[in-house]
Amino acid sequence: MSDELTPPSASTPPTEPSPEPITPFGKISTGAGKRSRLRKWTRRAFIGAGAAAGGGLVLGVGGIVFSPNRLSYVPDGAEGEGHLTTWIRITPNNHTTVLVPHCEMGQGALTGLGMLLVEELDADWNLCTIEEAPAEDIYANGYILHAFLGEVGVSIPGFMGRAFDFGSFKMAQFAGLQVTGGSTSTRGTGVFGLRLAGATAREMLLEAGAEQFGVSKAELVARDSRVHHEPSGQSATFGELVGRASELDLPSSPRLKSRDEYRLVGTSQDRADIPGKVVGEAGYGMDVVRPDMAYAAIMRAPVPGGQLAQVDPSPAEAMNGVEQVVQLDDAVAVVAKSYWHAQQALDALEPQFTDAGLGHVDTATIRGWHAAALDEEPLAEPTQGGQVVTAEYCVPYLSHATMEPMAATAQLADGRLDVWCGTQDPLSTRGVAAAVAGLERDAVYIHNQQLGGGFGRRLPGTYDYVEQAVAVAKATAPRPVKLVWSREEDMRHGYYRPFVMGRFQGVVDEPGRIHRWASRFTGRATDGLEADPPYGIKDKDIAVVTSPAHLRTGEWRSVAASQHGFFAESFADELAHAAGRDPFEFRRELLSDAPRHRAVLERAADMARWASALPDGRARGIAIFESFGSIVANVCEVGVENGRILVYRVDSAVDCGLVVNPQQALAQIHGSVIFGLSAALFHEITVKEGAVENRNFPDFNMVRLAQAPRVNVSFIESDAPVGGLGEPGVPPVAPAVANALFAVTGQRLRDLPLHLA
Amino acid sequence: MIDFTLNGEAVSLDVPPEMPLLWALRESAGLTGTKFSCGIGNCGACTVHLDGAAVRSCSVPVANVAGRAVITIEGLADGEALHPLQQAWIDHQVPQCGYCQPGMLMAISALLERRPDVTDEQVTESITNICRCGTYERIRSAVQSVVQKTDEDLDEENGNV
Ligand code: FES
Ligand code: FES
Repeated sequence: MSDELTPPSASTPPTEPSPEPITPFGKISTGAGKRSRLRKWTRRAFIGAGAAAGGGLVLGVGGIVFSPNRLSYVPDGAEGEGHLTTWIRITPNNHTTVLVPHCEMGQGALTGLGMLLVEELDADWNLCTIEEAPAEDIYANGYILHAFLGEVGVSIPGFMGRAFDFGSFKMAQFAGLQVTGGSTSTRGTGVFGLRLAGATAREMLLEAGAEQFGVSKAELVARDSRVHHEPSGQSATFGELVGRASELDLPSSPRLKSRDEYRLVGTSQDRADIPGKVVGEAGYGMDVVRPDMAYAAIMRAPVPGGQLAQVDPSPAEAMNGVEQVVQLDDAVAVVAKSYWHAQQALDALEPQFTDAGLGHVDTATIRGWHAAALDEEPLAEPTQGGQVVTAEYCVPYLSHATMEPMAATAQLADGRLDVWCGTQDPLSTRGVAAAVAGLERDAVYIHNQQLGGGFGRRLPGTYDYVEQAVAVAKATAPRPVKLVWSREEDMRHGYYRPFVMGRFQGVVDEPGRIHRWASRFTGRATDGLEADPPYGIKDKDIAVVTSPAHLRTGEWRSVAASQHGFFAESFADELAHAAGRDPFEFRRELLSDAPRHRAVLERAADMARWASALPDGRARGIAIFESFGSIVANVCEVGVENGRILVYRVDSAVDCGLVVNPQQALAQIHGSVIFGLSAALFHEITVKEGAVENRNFPDFNMVRLAQAPRVNVSFIESDAPVGGLGEPGVPPVAPAVANALFAVTGQRLRDLPLHLA
Repeated sequence: MIDFTLNGEAVSLDVPPEMPLLWALRESAGLTGTKFSCGIGNCGACTVHLDGAAVRSCSVPVANVAGRAVITIEGLADGEALHPLQQAWIDHQVPQCGYCQPGMLMAISALLERRPDVTDEQVTESITNICRCGTYERIRSAVQSVVQKTDEDLDEENGNV
């Protein structure tokens, strides 16, 4: 047993439960007294290493455990509170496997995170496999929190609130969080966990090499999965050294590389998931097939909080292929031999739902609520002299509208529950599924699938599709059932980007300087940070007003930055025009104490040749916004034809600190521009009689090739910590388009989506 | 029973004639590469080839394909040899989540079949498939990397204009 570490092996699909509990610390099992610990790292990470079954080295790095009252980490003796976030296994055949605690939703997280580790390990990228860690508690991703703490002090990002015990700070263990979102993948895990794991393993291999060659470790270098002793020309593969390395004590201070030593990070590497995605083999939640599986379609009460009052199941039951009608508290589902049979039969039903007393609410009602909330908190009259500029902005509810509608397959049999679905957080999904099934978490197995888009829709707190699938599976037990949401169901039951209204007031003086920036906006208590512009303005008065609620809301790609980018950068433009200044020069001047922002702004303007002439009927708009540790500036070139807004070109400059995988970074910015543009031009979830009116893509239209502008991207590397890339590209899209539209038409559009008068 | 040719092989599916081809493919024939997204013929995720033309399988009753030839993403490659577009998709690392890509590949491969020298403008005009992840920029470059260049294109590229 002593060195029997049983890590998930390559032959075990990552989401299968391990037959035995995985021991987080390889060395621990040889006796607590012998545990090696990295002194220097004790307060922020646990690390363990040992021999793998069949020979080879296994090394794991664990997450942070916070003590109750302060931001120090629980040191020694906290067994069971460590959460292994990263595993490395190097086998005697010189192959390296890295398990990364993040899921792949197309943002290249696995590849990027793997690169950070392999860089420190000095392994040959072609001899490495990067896999997603299974949904086991010991993988819970504590590092995610640290990435945020680095940015915002002790405030907890909103999407964690639901799954986080703030009082104890024991996030990972308490809530079972293993989350991909908030652009934290390359920020948190990457920087704090993976690099450490890679560097530690490299030190142990060097040590083993020093013993083998009989030289000092300082004379050795690791490169391409080999340890070299250049003076003598000797070298050995990692695989040849792992046997000895696995017996060594952990090094006391593994050295992390400085950025100028990077060889792999900063080069474009292909993603491993892509070949499967071009031949139709990638398996999404929607694609799961289990033996003897039934299919279900569902309709939930259209008004939030509504319940199923009554339904006559007979029209469905009479239909071919239908097995049963399942009534839930707030929904009705039909189980049939195919999804199509199920949906046809569901459409034949006339369920009656209650409306929770909200049947009178429509979009205008909601707008009125927000205006009334802001009326309660009026902005003070400015005390300075100068021109006072005021503006009111408003953004609608938005659906994530992932290309893959929600779907989950569940099977309750022999006291265990299996769930196959795509989720951004397998661990909390497990908790949710266990609660519905009335089982212990240990009896629940989550088999995570590829996600056909996430954007925040499959984050903790949004697993209603899993809850429903488990509820229906109780009725079909022991048979498995796949629940598929129609696009219409998906559109009507999202966790929407909130409806938000903001009121702004600024003062500009004669030479064109800003003296005051004041705002009140509806939202959550934590939203204030995004609303504080980087501009050097002495008198700032910014505050959030608690938002009235109607539809369910959630985290939508770039979260609160999605509205605040539009508000703040539209208003900055209004102030520039009020001051009679060029919008670029105006911002540039106000950023004299923010060199990173200024460099990004200047780069975007250079790329677009800001001051150069354009064809008649076209103009440029500029916007800059920081979110998730990255700064993005966009210049959009916009025109109007037959009343339609056309965006010809977007120049995007990005400072995300470090670019790990340039080609993936580029793809993220491309995607963000399109995502932001769909919202700017088309997207609006509207409410009538309490329910969402939108049904499908015709009334929630998407940018397609014909509307997709040419996008040029330029990255500026800085010494800043690694910033996110999945989301920061979104906020500066809508304001840059709106600002350009103002320049073309003279119309200042303060509501999204942008509709010309 | 509906009989047709699926990826080169004769199949016989026991499904109602009005069932959309999409569901017959996914749930009866067991080919899940063809994707469901909107179900109303709007997004293109379910695109397949019917006698060589791109169709949105969510909006084609399976009865309509009786006696005809259907190719899905699983049959786009020629055995082990990927279709040139599939290879270009890998070379240009086109997909993000990938969910729309089978439909994209089927729609664009049918277009290329008709117009081997298709221009970027023609692709932009005729391909209305949705990619929520916004991979359009790479789709454009990948397509242009496989189109057959006309003599004029080559002249232009070589600076002989
Ligand atoms: S699923 Fe067929 S076109 Fe959208
Ligand atoms: S790659 Fe995700 S929808 Fe196109």
